[in-house]
Amino acid sequence: MLKVNDINVYYGAIHAIKGVSFEVKDGEVVTLIGANGAGKSTILNTVSGLLHSATGSIEFLDKKLAGVPAHKIVEQGLAHVPEGRRVFLQMTVEENLEMGAYTQPKSTVAPGLEKVYEQFPRLKERRKQIAGTLSGGEQQMLAMGRALMSGPKLLMLDEPSMGLAPILVEQIFDIIRELHKTGTTILLVEQNAQMALSVADRGYVLETGKVVTSGTGQELLNDDAVQKAYLGG
Amino acid sequence: MEFLSYLISGISLGSVYAIIALGYTMVYGIAKMLNFAHGDVIMVGGYVSFYATSALSSSLLGPDASMGAVAAGKIISILLAVLVCTVLGIIIERLAYKPLRSATSLAVLITAIGVSYFLQNAAQLLFGTAPKSFTPVVQNQLSLFGGQLNISYVSLLTVIACIIIMLALTAFTSKSKLGKAMRACSEDKGAAQLMGINVNRTISMTFAIGSALAAVAGVLLCSFSPTLMPTTGSMPGIKAFTAAVFGGIGSIPGAFLGGILLGIIESMAKAYISTQLANAIVFAVLIVVLLVRPAGLLGKYVPEKV
Repeated sequence: MLKVNDINVYYGAIHAIKGVSFEVKDGEVVTLIGANGAGKSTILNTVSGLLHSATGSIEFLDKKLAGVPAHKIVEQGLAHVPEGRRVFLQMTVEENLEMGAYTQPKSTVAPGLEKVYEQFPRLKERRKQIAGTLSGGEQQMLAMGRALMSGPKLLMLDEPSMGLAPILVEQIFDIIRELHKTGTTILLVEQNAQMALSVADRGYVLETGKVVTSGTGQELLNDDAVQKAYLGG
Repeated sequence: MEFLSYLISGISLGSVYAIIALGYTMVYGIAKMLNFAHGDVIMVGGYVSFYATSALSSSLLGPDASMGAVAAGKIISILLAVLVCTVLGIIIERLAYKPLRSATSLAVLITAIGVSYFLQNAAQLLFGTAPKSFTPVVQNQLSLFGGQLNISYVSLLTVIACIIIMLALTAFTSKSKLGKAMRACSEDKGAAQLMGINVNRTISMTFAIGSALAAVAGVLLCSFSPTLMPTTGSMPGIKAFTAAVFGGIGSIPGAFLGGILLGIIESMAKAYISTQLANAIVFAVLIVVLLVRPAGLLGKYVPEKV
């Protein structure tokens, strides 16, 4: 579904992503794990068109994404829940969700809302509330619900557990498992490697802009080097 | 009665400020930039309407045209001003501001001042420096209390136009899809792009709306003080900017409230304190308000959760 081939991304003179390649297949949950600054978010931002790679190619559903502006990529079925959630704090919950369906025909908005409210009953309770008044966990749910409103074929989640209490992290990962079960393909970026690998079919380990290891979730959980570096083992 | 007439003239002057301030606040709210050329777009609107009116009355309508034909001519001249200013606003944004989208806000600010001077000098070149005398869109006045209180129809029209514009903009930004997309862009352009919103086009639309408002304000402003010069827009532009900050920049009801209050303060200061000091008093009030409420009267502060 998504093929990233040898991308190199620069922030000015800083070479942030050094020849990264990976693949996400239909129906998979794939995770990119790595420490702060490894380049995980940069990769997602490049895939969704907010940043650009100097080399290589990104293919989504067999179409090249190079040169496609960010706002056109969503239309093709790729939704990105950015790091730090970035919900529209001054808009209501429902307006945020409507923005998620911006590229969709008007007739899909009502059924889409219903589906998201079913998945996140908490959002339904608060639908007229300004998003800035929600708790961190609720904002994460809103950010995920907003992305789902576009009916994506691939959902990219950037650190969904960041800054959340353990019980909320558990909840968010339950939702990811559920989405996986219903056939949503997910690319998950996480610092919480333990959690991420436990839900993922496959994973890639990043270090300072390079892929150092890859394998199935289970393999990486048992890998000595990964355990030492990320799992406190 | 005297007080009432000063109050009414303050409210109608304030309505002009409010219409200009609404344009400022829309553009600031969404593009996060102060478009200091906004006042000069007003001047362009005034000139377009002036030339359109005189061309229509000299060629098409003739000296003994019917009331209906004259009214139609006025409406056409206003629409033409709106059209020209809308296009001008889009062009200015495209040529001057869009290339600076990722530049520092200071660079954009200086550019806006440059555009302002450019428009003033272009107007001098095209229209000359001699003041033109503008015919108000509507003449005559309403006499109440046996002639003790006179309200010009221009004043009434201005207040009504201002209220309609404010309500329409509020409905537009809270209900329409494009309006909501504008609010999304105003908060977070990156996240808006991830929603599939074309940020550049949305900003361009904002400029179109702001400039259309400037054209309406230009016609009304010149109906109040009927001398039209290349610098006509600059002082009202600065005052309306003050009004927008006063009310809370970025907020639509804030711009409305700020504009009206500023008009009333100016009118009262002129009437009861000093004509020369009126502007100083207006700006002094702004300073005091900002000391007490840094975000302006209706400026919002939304706490950010992390």
